[in-house]
Amino acid sequence: MYVEMKNIYKQYGDFRASDNVSFGIEKGKLVALLGPSGSGKTTLLRMIAGLETPNAGDIFIDGKRVNDIPASKRGIGFVFQSYALFRYMTVYDNVAFGLELQKVPKAEIKERVMKLLEITGLSGMEKRYPNQLSGGQRQRVAFARALAPNPQVLLLDEPFAAIDAKVRSELRLWLRSMVTQLGITSIFVTHDQDEAVEVADEIIITNHGKIEQMGTPSQIYKSPDTPFVAQFIGRPSEVHNYDTLNGFDKIEGADKAVIRPEFVKISKFGKLDRYMSAAETGIVEDVVFRGNRLDVTIDVHGIKITGEWSLEKDSLEIGEKVNLLIYRIYVMDDTKAYLCENKEMQEDDVFYI
Amino acid sequence: MADDKNRMGKVMNEQEKFEKRKKITKYVLITISVLFVFFMLVMPLFCIVSSSLKQGLGFYFKSVSSKYVVSALKVTLFATVIAVVINTFFGLCAAWVTTKFSFKGKQVLATLIDIPFSISPVIVGLAFLMTFGRLGWFYPVIRWFNSVFGANVRIAFAIPGVVLATIFVTFPFVSREIIPVLNAQGKDEEEAAALMGAGGFKIFFKITFPQIKWALIYGIILCTSRALGEFGAVNALSKTRGETFTLPLEIDALYMSGTENSITAAFAASSILVIIAVVVLVLRNILEYRAKKKGQEQAAS
Repeated sequence: MYVEMKNIYKQYGDFRASDNVSFGIEKGKLVALLGPSGSGKTTLLRMIAGLETPNAGDIFIDGKRVNDIPASKRGIGFVFQSYALFRYMTVYDNVAFGLELQKVPKAEIKERVMKLLEITGLSGMEKRYPNQLSGGQRQRVAFARALAPNPQVLLLDEPFAAIDAKVRSELRLWLRSMVTQLGITSIFVTHDQDEAVEVADEIIITNHGKIEQMGTPSQIYKSPDTPFVAQFIGRPSEVHNYDTLNGFDKIEGADKAVIRPEFVKISKFGKLDRYMSAAETGIVEDVVFRGNRLDVTIDVHGIKITGEWSLEKDSLEIGEKVNLLIYRIYVMDDTKAYLCENKEMQEDDVFYI
Repeated sequence: MADDKNRMGKVMNEQEKFEKRKKITKYVLITISVLFVFFMLVMPLFCIVSSSLKQGLGFYFKSVSSKYVVSALKVTLFATVIAVVINTFFGLCAAWVTTKFSFKGKQVLATLIDIPFSISPVIVGLAFLMTFGRLGWFYPVIRWFNSVFGANVRIAFAIPGVVLATIFVTFPFVSREIIPVLNAQGKDEEEAAALMGAGGFKIFFKITFPQIKWALIYGIILCTSRALGEFGAVNALSKTRGETFTLPLEIDALYMSGTENSITAAFAASSILVIIAVVVLVLRNILEYRAKKKGQEQAAS
C-alpha cells in the first residue's frame, strides 16, 4: 500500500469527522473519496496532506509514518476546491512558486514550468493573472502548480465543483488521462457519484465519518455492501413492503429495499412478451423529461417505483396502465444489503432451458 | 380594439408617472445632500480659511510660526507618527489573529478592539490619568523606576501620556480596514503556500500583503487623520502650553483667550490641520483611483 490510513479518529468539538477510518491505496491508482457533504471525506484528504492532524491513528505514505512530518515535507501536491491560486502572481509565478522554495536553479524552473504549462494546455498564458482565466483554465493552473515540485501523491479537493457542466465532463477525462500518463498516485474528493464512477480506478465511500465500502466502480455499483451504499449509488426508489411485489419474498429482519431504474422494465399494458407471470401491473403517476429519456414513476399497489422510458417509444401518459417487470432489488437490514433476483423469472429460466 | 388602445394609454401613463416620481425623488435627495454638505462642511471650512487671512498674509505667517504653534505642531506630528507606526503593527497582528486562527474568546477580542470607536475620548484621557497620574495604581512603579535608575520619567501631563492617548483613540482603524478583506479572501492561498513549504514571512510578503495592501494604506490614512485631530483624550493628559500641547489643544487655547488677534491666530493654526486633512483626502482619492485602475487593467487585458 502506498498511501495508508490506520484507525484514524478526528473530532471537531462534538462532531466526529473520522471514526476509526482505515484504508490503503496502491501506487499509481486514482482513487475517489465519495460521500455526501459532511461525511468526512475532505477531512481525510486534509489529514493525508498534513493540513489537519488526526486525534488518533497513523498515516503512512510510501511505508513511512508521516504523522509527525510537516505538510510541506510530505511530498504532496494539493489542488484546492477554490483552486487557491495566488491572485497577485502570474500563471508562471504560480506554477514556479513551489520550485523557487526548493531553491531549484532558475533555468531548471523555467524549463519545468514551461513543460507543465504545455502539457496542461496553458502555453502562452504564463503572463496572465488568475482573474483573467476561465474556470477550466484556473483548474489546470492549480493542477500544474500542484504537480510542479514532483509530488509523490496528488490530492484534489472537489476539483470540478466550481466548473460548469460541459467543461466539467471534458476536464474529468483530461484529468484521468493526465494522471494515468504521469502514473502519480492520486486521491480526489467528490460528492458526485457520476464523477467518481467515470474518473476513479477505485472508490471509497464515506458516511458519518466512516468508510462504508471500498472497491472498483463496478464492484460498488453491482454489489453494494451496506444499506447506505445501496441507497447512495444509482438513483434508486426506496420501497418498504417489497415482499408484496411479485417474485420477491420477505427476508427476515430486513424490511426495506431499493430498486434502481435499470432494474425495471416498463411496457405498455399487455405488450410484455415474456415473463408475464413475474410482472406487476401499475399506473403511471409521474413523467419527467430528462433530455435523452423519460423518468417514469409508477404506482404498483401503493409502492412507487421509478424507471426509465426511451424517447424512441410511444410516450406514456399519466394515469396510463402499464406492465412492470422487476429483475432484481437490494433488500437491506440495518447493516447489510442483499441482492434478490426475481424468483418467478428464474423459475421461467429453468423452464426454458 | 379601441378598448385595448385605451388601456395601453392608461398603462403608459402610469409608467410615465412612475418614471417622473423616480426623477423627483432623485432631485430631492440630491438637493438635500448638497445643501447639507455645503452648510455643515464646506462653509465652515471656508470660514476657517477666510477668517485666518482676515488680518492679512503677514499676520497669518506670523501666527503659524509662533513658538507655541510650532511646538504644538511638533508634538502633534510626533504623537501621530508613533501612533500610526504602533497601530499599523498592532492592527496587522490583531487582524491576522482574528481572521486566520480560531480560538476561545476571539469574539471578545474583536469587540475589545472596537472599544475606542464607542467610548468618549475624554473618558480615555481620564482613564490614563487615573492609571499613570499621582493617584494612579501604576504610579508607584514609575516612582520606583525613577528612583532606581535616577530617571525622571513622567507619563501623565507629559509627552508619553499624549502619545498613549493618541494610540488608544486610533488603534482600531488599521485592523478594522484589514479584517473584512482578510475575511473575504479566506486562508486557502496561505495554506497552499504553506503546503509548498513557504515560511511565515514568505507567506506574509508574497501572498497576504499584496491582498491587503490597499486596505492597509487606507487604514493608515484614516488613522493619521484621526491622530492629528485628537482633542478629548489628549486634553485630559496635557496641560502645558508650548510643551505638551498638541495643535488642537493650542487652537482651543488661542481661541479661548478671546482677543481678536488670538482668535485670528486660532483660525490660522486651524488652517494647518485643514490643509493636512485636504492633502490626506486627495492622497486617498489618488490611491483609490490607482487601485481601481489597476484592478480594471487586470480584468481588461
